[in-house]
Amino acid sequence: MNPKDVLKECENINKEYNYFNTIASDAKEGSGKLKGYYISVKDCICVKDMETTSGSEILKGYKPIFNATIIDKIIKEGGSIIGKTTQDEFGFGSFNVNTKNIPKNPFDKTRTCGGSSGGAAGITQKASFKHIAIAESTGGSIACPASFCGIIGFTPTYGLVSRYGLLDYANSLDKIGIMAKNINDVELMFNIIKGHDKKDSTSLNLELNKDTKIKKIGVIKETLNVDPEIKDLILSKLDDYELVSLPSVEKYSLATYYILAMAEASTNLAKYCGMRYGMHEELKGNFNEYFSKVRSNFFGKEAKRRVILGTFTRMAGYRDAYYLKAAKVRTLIINEYKKAFKKYDLLVSPTMPIIAPKFSEIDKLTPLENYMMDIMTVGPNLAGLPHISLNAGFKDKMPVGIMFIADHLNDNKLIEVGKKWEI
Amino acid sequence: MKIDKELIKRVSNNARLNLTEKEIEEFIPQFKDILNVFSKISEVNTDNVKVSIHPIEIKNSMREDIPEKCITQEDALKNTKHKKDGYFKGPAAV
Repeated sequence: MNPKDVLKECENINKEYNYFNTIASDAKEGSGKLKGYYISVKDCICVKDMETTSGSEILKGYKPIFNATIIDKIIKEGGSIIGKTTQDEFGFGSFNVNTKNIPKNPFDKTRTCGGSSGGAAGITQKASFKHIAIAESTGGSIACPASFCGIIGFTPTYGLVSRYGLLDYANSLDKIGIMAKNINDVELMFNIIKGHDKKDSTSLNLELNKDTKIKKIGVIKETLNVDPEIKDLILSKLDDYELVSLPSVEKYSLATYYILAMAEASTNLAKYCGMRYGMHEELKGNFNEYFSKVRSNFFGKEAKRRVILGTFTRMAGYRDAYYLKAAKVRTLIINEYKKAFKKYDLLVSPTMPIIAPKFSEIDKLTPLENYMMDIMTVGPNLAGLPHISLNAGFKDKMPVGIMFIADHLNDNKLIEVGKKWEI
Repeated sequence: MKIDKELIKRVSNNARLNLTEKEIEEFIPQFKDILNVFSKISEVNTDNVKVSIHPIEIKNSMREDIPEKCITQEDALKNTKHKKDGYFKGPAAV
């Protein structure tokens, strides 16, 4: 399909489904390994001269003056950037409702795409052209929408893909990843965007494990306490497996994840104050009054909630009990996974405990009930482990995802599983 | 720990956020709920356990101290409305 028709299709889909915050005015055809591919980019990743808001009103109008490292790599290989996909504000959400532009599920418009990379998953499912989505996960923002939209969502080992040019949510958790309809496209893109970047101080300079043999699979016992239909569907897809118990992951990963993620988010969002980019107000009052006015007017409710809770867990008197304690519990959680990987090549769980809920159901949830939906995905994200969500089938005509988790730097085992899955 | 209006006002002030009375009233029960779950980690024995600031060991990667081309003043000011004489113009600092 030619670029003009691709952009026209994106506009038509967008009118009905809200998958883009910005659609490119033109898409150039390049040459290289990505020749003929059209690439959508989550709105939290900088594309030069293309409005980049991370789903937030406070960044309205912001046009980066540079490309993220991965965008330069994609353009160099001939990929055509078609636009910026919708997401929860700064990635704060599991259902992509914490933003103005709310994407609708491609299978049922009364339901969510999942979050926070909702637009990326939706367009991946709907596009009729050759398309790969660049998404981002902090606590499950690739796996969750991939599961709800019935596509592949791949989150690499923490640090393998440069974060330079990513608008941070939580630096120690953020990972840029890939969504696609077939595994060969995931592999192609992964090989292009991975690799050490001197512009990112947390970028790994390590080789991937070349051994991709999968001998033993462990299903995480505690994650089977879900809708029996989802459980049966997941287990029916596996030939041979053992049950493995990860009690600390089950009991403590949700609290540990949210404490660390909110603490980091509250410091990252300190830079949004109406000075250098994004929304401005009239310069009035002292700097505290001015910054507070801009932040109060343009941050959404979930962003305010997380900034306040994150500030609280770092404050003198509470820091030891929350932030530092969580950073220690994180060590125990990583160790529990590492122990399991001595015996198993891959761990498995449902990606989400439910199918994509209806917007009317989400409206009734409290913030805590929203956070609880991430129970399956926060563990591997907290431990920086690579994971992939594949479509396992359907329940009530809605997709159900199965999640495979590998040890650090064993990302290729997940690509291998994806290839077997498609046969 | 008491989660009340005063605590939320103190924290939001630190975070440079002005909350409305309605927002504060809405946040009080929500924060009680959330912090109750957060407190669950207090039961974990973490004696002699080191913190994990990152999920995987990150080695410090330092660049050579060589001057490189950097962004122009014009580019740096491209996204702001508040500028004067080639500089950012900010609110009163004193």
